[in-house]
Amino acid sequence: MTQDVPLLELRGVSKVFGAVQALDKVDFVVPAGKVTALAGDNGAGKSVTIKTISGLWEPSAGQILWEGQPVRLHRPKDAEELGITTIYQDLALCDNLDIVQNMFLGHERLRHRLLDETAMELAARKTLADLHVTTIRSIRQPVASLSGGQRQSVAVAKAVMQSAKLVIMDEPTAALGVAQTRMVLDLIKRLSAQGTAVLVISHNLNDVFEVADHLVVLYLGRMVAQGPASEFDRQVVVDYMTTGQSSRAAAAGTDTP
Amino acid sequence: MTETVNEDAEPDKAPESDPSTPTAAIAQEQLVALAPDVLADSLGDYMRAWWKRIRGGESGALPIIAGLIGLCIYFEVQSSAFLHAGNIVNLFVQATAIILLGMAELYALILSEIDLSVGYVGAVGAALALALMGTPQNWPWWAAVIVGLLTCAAIGAFQGTLITRLRIPSFVVTLAGLLGWQGVMIAIFNTDKGAVGGVITISNNVITDLVSGNLTTAAGWILFGVGLGIFATTTLFRTARRRSQGLTAPPMSITILTIVAVGVAGAAVVWVCNLNRGTVVAVEGVPWVIPVLVVIVVAQSFLLSRTRLGRYFYAIGASPEAARRAGIKVARIRTIAFALCSLTAGMALIVYASRLGSFSVGYDGGSQVLYAVAAAVIGGASLFGGYGKAIHPVLGGLVIATLTNGLALLSASVAKIDIATAVALMAAVAVDATLRRRSRA
Repeated sequence: MTQDVPLLELRGVSKVFGAVQALDKVDFVVPAGKVTALAGDNGAGKSVTIKTISGLWEPSAGQILWEGQPVRLHRPKDAEELGITTIYQDLALCDNLDIVQNMFLGHERLRHRLLDETAMELAARKTLADLHVTTIRSIRQPVASLSGGQRQSVAVAKAVMQSAKLVIMDEPTAALGVAQTRMVLDLIKRLSAQGTAVLVISHNLNDVFEVADHLVVLYLGRMVAQGPASEFDRQVVVDYMTTGQSSRAAAAGTDTP
Repeated sequence: MTETVNEDAEPDKAPESDPSTPTAAIAQEQLVALAPDVLADSLGDYMRAWWKRIRGGESGALPIIAGLIGLCIYFEVQSSAFLHAGNIVNLFVQATAIILLGMAELYALILSEIDLSVGYVGAVGAALALALMGTPQNWPWWAAVIVGLLTCAAIGAFQGTLITRLRIPSFVVTLAGLLGWQGVMIAIFNTDKGAVGGVITISNNVITDLVSGNLTTAAGWILFGVGLGIFATTTLFRTARRRSQGLTAPPMSITILTIVAVGVAGAAVVWVCNLNRGTVVAVEGVPWVIPVLVVIVVAQSFLLSRTRLGRYFYAIGASPEAARRAGIKVARIRTIAFALCSLTAGMALIVYASRLGSFSVGYDGGSQVLYAVAAAVIGGASLFGGYGKAIHPVLGGLVIATLTNGLALLSASVAKIDIATAVALMAAVAVDATLRRRSRA
């Protein structure tokens, strides 16, 4: 991490809502082309963090650096223009539109001022194939007919289609069964293999250890641990998530702030 | 374009039933995620897929066409005057105004909204146009029509602005419009010096000929030939383009079948219209309003299915939040939809007035709104938003016109006709609600 400029870096980011300190001087990095997991218990500040990164809320203090340069994210559009796409749990798909139409929603390709369905379908098909999304029979089927995992895949493919450099996924596996979770985790790995950074918000440690290269743990609005996922074990992360510190980690010599 | 969920299996339950073998579960998912018409390679496949689609809640046009044929048989058995050429052409003409009103309402329905004011907004435009082209203003007919239609569009944009910017429910804004625009319509009658006893008589030949003028029989066939040729060429061309790019396309047999079906239906219409339906002098030929209607339907279908604007209507109808996050200017698009709704209502009422040869202050725009909603929903559009095609009001309008026309032939009272129409509307809405609920469950 030290030799490369991280894709995204938060330096002392705080967010205050009235008397509530939601984030307290949070620092962490999201390395380029890797999967970063943002772990934490309920109320740890995971949602506030991603809403800050995606431009929904401006931080009260601190700095956000994108590829080493300080940036200000006033509106979601600012984040989008940098290449940050956030996939919330509701996925923001239109059930009545088919997969191609959803993937290009708001970014339709035109030919003679009319929708160029052929070009869009070919591009969508290629993106899905690159992501190895193979369980979908036809990309002309309405999104309503898809399973939860497939819907998640379409949302991810939509982000890739719009050439996102960082895809933020909010609890992508929360509502999924075992096979569907498997499918989404594979998708996340493939996404990072293609060079897209992924920031996964999760409190499912199985998922976190399965996909994450880099780990950030929040506790009551503070960043309490971060580092390569290989330096953590499950029990240590649980300690950080529940108490904000870990005697086991101190004993093992893991890097903590 | 709506949900085609296979009710035999529930996607999200599949993996849990057999968590040990995820591949098996995913294979099962493939079956669940069947999208019929885009997958079929052969005619047999297509028929099976089509049947599945009907059971899945997207019934398509055929059940309505079947119902229409059933109604025709019933009325013909009851009264032999029904299938007389003169009556059929009369039925088509009656249907055009209802179809156009249904198309107006379709814009609101796709957005998951409703417009209760279409009947009187259209009437304001029509009354204004007729007043301007009549004495003493004597405007050229086209200028009067343009001003009338633009007025309608402006009214729609105004109502749309109230709905989107002030966030007042469309139900409330257009309910106020139902009353308010009736007042404006009456004011036009009161102001116009050409209105005699609350009736503006159409003096312009172009406007009366819209409904009562006919193409020559030869012109009817030529126009039909050209229209079918364009339809066949574009359909074949599009299929060929998809195939050449390696994309799935409906089997050739289906494409040919579609073209033949459209050809037969069109030829039947032209043939009936070309029969002599006069009693004293020969009256024959396709009324002008039919090709005009076809052009409007094709244009609206094009707008809805091939342009960005149309795509955004559907997106907003299903999920305004998803549309907003995709960067769509939701308020502006919704306002445009309400403007298009009112504009089409203006066209409907000009056709309506043309059929009657005059426009009366006693016109009842309230029941026209019901016809508008009924035409769209009976034809297959959904009251729950995000779904509906330009063909739906055409089918629904024909059903309503057949009902009213047939019942009138049987000398049924107005009371009976109203009740029958209301029952048809309720039945269509009930079917809509049941199917949507099942496919969403």
